[in-house]
Amino acid sequence: MAQAAGNAENQPPNLPEWSRSLGPGVIEETYGTRSRHETALRRYVPWLTPDRVSSVSFTPLADMHGIITPSGLHFERHHGGVPDVDPVDYRLMIHGMVERPLIFTLEDLKRLPSVSRIYFIECPANGGMEWRGAQMSGVQFTHGMLSCSEWTGVPLKVLLAQTGLRTGASWLLAEASDAAHLARSIPLAKVLDDAIIAFGQNGEAVRPQQGYPARLVLPGYEGNMWIKWLRRIEIGDRPWFTRWETRTYTDLMPDGLARQFTFLNEVNSVITAPCPEKPLRGRPGFVEISGLAWSGAGRITRVDVSVDGGDHWRTAALQDPVLPKALTRFRIPWEWAEGQTAYLQSRAMDETGRVQPTISALRRARGVESIYHKNSIHTWLVDRDGTVVNVQIDA
Amino acid sequence: MSRLMLKAAGCAAAIMLVAGLVEAQQAPNPAAAIADLYQPFKAPPGDRTRADVGWPAATVRLPAPIPAIGRAATSAEIAGWDIAVRGDGHNLPPGSGTAKAGEELYVNHCAACHGDFGEGLERWPALMGGRGSLRSDQPKRTIGSFWQHAPSVFDYIRRAMPYAAPQSLSNDEYYAITAYVLFLNELIGEDDKMDAASLSTLAMPNRDGFVLEARPDTEDNACMINCRQGRAVNVAMDSRRFVEPGSASGTDKPE
Repeated sequence: MAQAAGNAENQPPNLPEWSRSLGPGVIEETYGTRSRHETALRRYVPWLTPDRVSSVSFTPLADMHGIITPSGLHFERHHGGVPDVDPVDYRLMIHGMVERPLIFTLEDLKRLPSVSRIYFIECPANGGMEWRGAQMSGVQFTHGMLSCSEWTGVPLKVLLAQTGLRTGASWLLAEASDAAHLARSIPLAKVLDDAIIAFGQNGEAVRPQQGYPARLVLPGYEGNMWIKWLRRIEIGDRPWFTRWETRTYTDLMPDGLARQFTFLNEVNSVITAPCPEKPLRGRPGFVEISGLAWSGAGRITRVDVSVDGGDHWRTAALQDPVLPKALTRFRIPWEWAEGQTAYLQSRAMDETGRVQPTISALRRARGVESIYHKNSIHTWLVDRDGTVVNVQIDA
Repeated sequence: MSRLMLKAAGCAAAIMLVAGLVEAQQAPNPAAAIADLYQPFKAPPGDRTRADVGWPAATVRLPAPIPAIGRAATSAEIAGWDIAVRGDGHNLPPGSGTAKAGEELYVNHCAACHGDFGEGLERWPALMGGRGSLRSDQPKRTIGSFWQHAPSVFDYIRRAMPYAAPQSLSNDEYYAITAYVLFLNELIGEDDKMDAASLSTLAMPNRDGFVLEARPDTEDNACMINCRQGRAVNVAMDSRRFVEPGSASGTDKPE
């Protein structure tokens, strides 16, 4: 075993320095921050986007415990920077094929009946850099356009009851108030099922990077549709065919046709320990393999784990609560011997019976140019020395 | 009630009965439930998506409204924010412009990122080229090769451009820039006037290039034992070819 690092003066039998003096009192920090020793950070990938204003940062999944993503480490994706919205001036307009076009203040939204629900949000481009092969250094970049929060807000159908709907309505447009004014068409049936206008995230106000003061929550659907800094909802009788549902967020197939309105994030999973950021170097013996599984279609029902590249699988334990359209934590014990090469994989299944495909199966179905919705079984190579490497293997 | 109306009502009842039977047969069908999950809407007939016709109405059940929360939006308030232009050109504003009028605007407001000819500088998007590339192994998604509707080009440029000052130009100027970008793609002439009518009828090359959802499109294979059937594991791609394992793909430092 490697010797423990650190300062022996602070370790048994000595009394550590923090035990020999008083610390700061209450309200030293009126809004608390994490320990100064914690270093998990959002990161971005400079070559992915032209600048940091229209860009993406990634959640450090290797450092996450449980299923809730701390709001300060929630991944960011926006197309015109983060607007500084004054909640007093915030207005939500609902119009179009309604009986009563209305404007709501933030206070109006908070007065209406609300719900709290735990849901994951995932950019459909999560993993999209690896359709042709493994090229990212670790799980933060292969899967980190993924976060999970408790969202609190008004079901959108409650607001639509206020406006009423005219006969013939079938779609709505949700539009942001940032510089990009990102707008997406959404089927009315989905909205009436489980959409929320959220003003709360993990017990406090939604963070600016996540759409302060109010954003759309569309459980199970790709992240760009969860319109942030929501200013306007227009009801109509067909999709609008905006830039974000033609030029981007459509899935180009090998025959040259692009699939449009591909909303659902299908069943997916990844092992977050061990992973390239959390290697096994110098620590042979017992290892708890742990990871995250999720499905936009509902609950995760099973996660299988292989250490031999998919030849044999064992079923992992799922951590309660297992919630629909939320991250689900799985765990399974393993013994790693120094000098042993292993190929770690996880394979999730959801309540609709969908099973995560191999990358080969996905390529057979869609080629390598569809960018979005890559949910294939992921492989970490544990090398002889315990280094953990992002690889792709033959089926 | 006249006999004609009775007859019509009878027909409707018969149709409802048939519909009820169909529903009863479909209710326990998991394939139908999964299709609804992926595609919770009905589309107009045809194998390509369409903006020029209404899509079938949704079934709507709403809770009772709560009195006195939310105030009426005035038509002036709506007009100020209602910028969405649909693919078929619905809600295009009055005004017009030509590529000739748009050239200087484009050079001043767009060329720094998109290049003088729409070729795209550094990592900024190209606006032209790529025609015929969509089936290749290097597809290029530009306005000329990929965008479905010309009115959407106007919509996007007005709602989000110029990048640092969106919605800062006049509608005439937005029509002119739209015309210039279409001209760069050789879709219109330099003097062709772009307005609500001409943008709505302009035939985009990839107009019929979009289809609906086709997932689920992979098998549900949950094999547990001897799944590789003797095939050894072969690493097809090792990320160490490009980057060291860990956090090296990204940075927390502004470039």
